[in-house]
Formats: sequence, C-alpha cells, structure tokens
Amino acid sequence: MGRIETVFANLDRPAFIGFTVAGDPDRETSIRAALALIEGGTDILELGIPFSDPVADGPTIQKADERAIAAGTTVDTVFEIVRTLRKKTGVPVVFLAYYNMIYHRGIDRFYREARDAGVDGILIADMPVEESDDVFETALHYGIDPIFLITQTTSDDRIRKIAARAHGYLYLVAVLGVTGVRDTVSAGAIDLLQRVRKQTKVPLALGFGISTPDHAKICSDAGADGVIVGSAIVDIVGRNVGDPAAMERELKSYVARMKKDL
Amino acid sequence: MERKGRYGKYGGQYVSETLMGALIELQTAYERIKKDRNFARELTSLQGEYAGRETPLTFCPNASRELGCRIYLKREDLVHGGSHKLNNTLGQALLAKRMGKKRLIAETGAGQHGVATAIVGAALGLPVEVYMGEVDTKRQALNVYRMELMGARVIPVKSGTRTLKDAINEALRDWVANVRDTHYLIGSVVGPHPFPLMVRDFQSVIGREARRQVMKKEDRLPDTIVACVGGGSNAMGIFYPFVKDDVELIGVEAGGEGIDTGKHSATLCAGEAGVLHGTLSYLLQDANGQVLPTHSISAGLDYPGVGPEHSMLKDSGRVTYTAVNDPDVLGAFRFLSRNEGIIPALESAHAVAWVMKNADRFDRDDIVVINLSGRGDKDVAEVAALEGRI
Repeated sequence: MGRIETVFANLDRPAFIGFTVAGDPDRETSIRAALALIEGGTDILELGIPFSDPVADGPTIQKADERAIAAGTTVDTVFEIVRTLRKKTGVPVVFLAYYNMIYHRGIDRFYREARDAGVDGILIADMPVEESDDVFETALHYGIDPIFLITQTTSDDRIRKIAARAHGYLYLVAVLGVTGVRDTVSAGAIDLLQRVRKQTKVPLALGFGISTPDHAKICSDAGADGVIVGSAIVDIVGRNVGDPAAMERELKSYVARMKKDL
Repeated sequence: MERKGRYGKYGGQYVSETLMGALIELQTAYERIKKDRNFARELTSLQGEYAGRETPLTFCPNASRELGCRIYLKREDLVHGGSHKLNNTLGQALLAKRMGKKRLIAETGAGQHGVATAIVGAALGLPVEVYMGEVDTKRQALNVYRMELMGARVIPVKSGTRTLKDAINEALRDWVANVRDTHYLIGSVVGPHPFPLMVRDFQSVIGREARRQVMKKEDRLPDTIVACVGGGSNAMGIFYPFVKDDVELIGVEAGGEGIDTGKHSATLCAGEAGVLHGTLSYLLQDANGQVLPTHSISAGLDYPGVGPEHSMLKDSGRVTYTAVNDPDVLGAFRFLSRNEGIIPALESAHAVAWVMKNADRFDRDDIVVINLSGRGDKDVAEVAALEGRI
C-alpha cells in the first residue's frame, strides 16, 4: 500500500491536505513552511512547482510562483526540498505541476527523479485525461500516484474515464474558476461530490476556495474524504516574508483550527 | 486514449479540466457548422458586404523593378479594421452565436485582434471584453480607444510580463470562471484544439483567393509565398491552400535586436518543444522550462509560442522559417510606403524585409507573393517617435 492510500485507510475523518509553493519565498523558508504545516497536523502535503504562466491559479498563488522563481527555484531545487523533507517526515508529498515543467525535463526522467526524492503523487494542472497516456504509464511504472482533477463541468462520461485512471485521490474542484479564497462552498461542489461518489471508491478531496473551518466542516458533512487548502496557506507564507518564525506559528495554528471540526 | 487536434507530435488540449467540456462542445459545434450551407452563406455574405472581401492581389511595379522579381501583395490590409484578423473573428463570433454564447472575451497584443473582436461584437450584438497587457495598453493607446468606441471593455493585465502572453493567461482564467455562457475568441492558430484548426480554416480564405487571383493574372502558381509569423494565423491562412503544391513557403519571425541578443520573438528559429496555453509547440523557454520574455518592434509578433501546425511544417521542412531584425523591418516599412504608397503594418513589414534581403535569389520572372496582413497606420506614431519626429 502506498503512503497516500495508507493515510486515507487509517483516518476516520477527512484528511487535511495542505498546499504550499516549493521555493516560496525561498528554499529554506519553504522547507520550514512545509514542516510547520506537517507539525500542525497536515495529513498530505501538496507542493506546487513554480511556473511562469500558472493559468489555473488566481493572484495569490501566481505571486507565490513569482517569488519562488525570483529566488532562483528550479525543478532541481524542488527535488532537493523533497529530499530534505523526506529525512524528517513520512507524510505523503504530492506535486502540483504545469505540464511544461515535466515535459521540458523529460517525462521519464522527471518521474524517476521524483520517485527517488520520495514523491508519492503528481497532479498536472493542464493535463486532461485524454492527453495523459504517457504520464499515466510512466507514473505507474515508478510507483507514483497519478492524480486527476474533476470539475463541475466534467461530464459523467468523462468522470468514468478519469475514475478509471484515478490513484491516491481524486481532486474535485469546488468552484468554477481558478484557485483563490472564496466566501462559501457552493452547492455545486456538494453536487459534484455526490455525482463522482456514484462512480468510484477512490478517496475524494475537495479543493479551490476552501479556507475556513466552516468550509472544511461543510465538506466533511457532505462526505468528502479530504479537504485541500492552498491559497489561504500561501497567503500566510506571503504575509510573513522576512519573519519565518511568525509564519511557522501562524501556519501551525491555522492547520490546527482547520482540523478541529473535520 | 484518443488524442484530438494533432499536427505530428504537436498540438493537443493541455488545459484545465474545467475547460474540457467547453472545448468538446466547441469541437462538436464547429464540425456541425462546417457542413452547414446556411452558415457558409451567412459568413460569405458578411465577408463580402461587411469585411470588404475579396481583397485584391496587387502587382507592385516599382518594388518589382527595384528587387528584380514579380512582386504581388495579398491585400489583407484592406480588410475592414485594417488587418486579416476580422476573417477569424467573424467566423468565430457567428459560431459563438449559434452556440448560444452570451459574451465574447479575447486577448490582444498590438490591439488588432481586440479591435477585430470589438467590431464583430458591435455588429452581431455580443458584449466583448478584451484582455490586454498593461504595457501594450500604453504602447497602443489608440487601439484601446477604438475598442472602447465600439463598445468593448478593455481590461489591462497587470500580471507577469504584462504583455500578450499574460493577456492570454488572464483570458483563460476568465474563461474557466465563465465557461458556460462565454466564448473565448482566440486570435491566432494557437491554443488548444480546436482553435488552431478553426482559426486556420477561417483564415484560409486568404490563400484560396490568392490562388485564384494569381492563376488568373499569371496563369501559373507563384514561386514563393512569404508571410510573417507571430502566432502564425496570417501565414497559416495563406500557406494552407498551397501546402500540397510546388510552391516555396517562407515564414518570417521577429528577430528583434538579433537572435543572439536574446531580445527577439523568433520561436521557431530559436525555441524548443514545450507546452503553453493549451498546446504543444515550439516555445521560447529557459533552461528550466520557464517561458521567456520576448521582444519585437511589432507588438503583434511579440509572443513566445507559435501555432502547432507551424511546428510540424518546420520539422517536415515543408515551410522554411527564418527571422529578420528590427532595423530591416523599419527599412521595409519605409521601402513599401515610398515605392508603392502602401504603408505596411510592422508585422507584415517583416515579410517585405525578407524579400528585400533575399532579392538576389530571384529571377526577373519569378513570382513572389507577400501576405500584407495589415496596414501600418497603427504604427506610424511609434515609428515617427523612433525617428525623433514626434
């Protein structure tokens, strides 16, 4: 059983999945941010690989990508960060990447290096299932979970195709739109959860727009197996540039608060 | 799994999952209207009565004498709005209307595609919002005014490099959020399938007309066809109907200050395969796979990507892609103005500049067709400023 599967199998409540951009605002601070998230109780860590053109992301994560790139973060840096984390934690690590970062390095090489560093899953934001043959085979070959997105505009027919390739968990997009904090969890998100549930036993995690304990509770009550928080965490990192100790404190207490009602 | 919209290894649909439904819907709708005679009739009628097609194939006696070959210009500068862009926006806007879409969004660099989208929005009664890099809104302030005059809303983009690439990013983000009632009217043969195919088809009217016209005037096909390439829509439009013929096809990219300076937009000459804006194609990127900033004297060519079909045509060797630098482009801008009384867009002046630089290759009877994709009125202020005249 892989690390991600084990997490979901052993929990009797939804998993808290926390996202941060690797290398934001720099290599060392982003390692501290990741460790603070884990100490606070994060069950699965998602690491964004910074890209110059993150079209699926709103302003908060765009700025984090810019900070990370300006600090000199490359794919090599991201692998170093994972290797460092692996010495200290067994929490599953999932990459969130745009395809060019993988294609440019070479698909086989990227997945091999990811496995060697200790990455458990990879989600490619601009990779619909129709284009995923190569990365899917390669991911399985290296024992990495290929993680896919499902959104409110995904047809039942396509949910079936995606579910057939799902490993680790399915990332259900709670909003129509890009990443970023929203006021509420839409009814559409709950409908989506129920629609996908009919088609698969793979754990379902809701993400995009989730930032408060109330949001997390709504997802939990609706039967989500996980809640994913990105922009709210990235915002904490961004607000505390220059004061990593304050960042760590705030991240730990934020995760603890989010997990209380899960 | 079945992959759509491939040109050799290039093309595809590398988009957020949210957009897949819309792309499939668009694909289906486009296949349907392709066979629909009423759609063809409506489009042809608008192209004639509204856009001013067909455009002439103008013989240039003075430039021909100067350069020692028979030079023709395909006059897309005479299309309503001042460039070939309307060929595509008319087609896509009619399609969007058939699909019941209530709103059009577009990206623009120099402003020509934004203007062409504003035109169809006003003519067909669809609200238009245009994303334009903040840098470009300042460089092309008059085009911002033109768009607003025709009722479009121009949204300055302040993310990333604040140019065309970022305008496309922002338009894609808008589309993800409003995909159910909005059509994203992409302005070039770029983006995910079916855009490269659809835009090429709507622009192919250029090549079909040119073919008929040159046969009538010369009773034979041309020896060489030359077009500028940014995203590559005017070039695909004129090349496509000649791809199977024994006609030399030359695509001219923006060499900017020179390819070795790094300040250029010559994607096919200096890039390598990569994925941006939904398509796998040549891409200007750094050693780490980050997309590079670009430079060109012509905002319309200032783009780090290129249409996937061009990438295939480059690899197969069917089309020769090359680049000319800013000073040669300015020379061509003046040459055509002076010799023929036709002020070319700086984009199109790249094609003219290539012919001027390569005039030695041609014999007196060789027929060279240059796609004059747009008129240069939009550029005169910038060139005058460069000359220190205003």
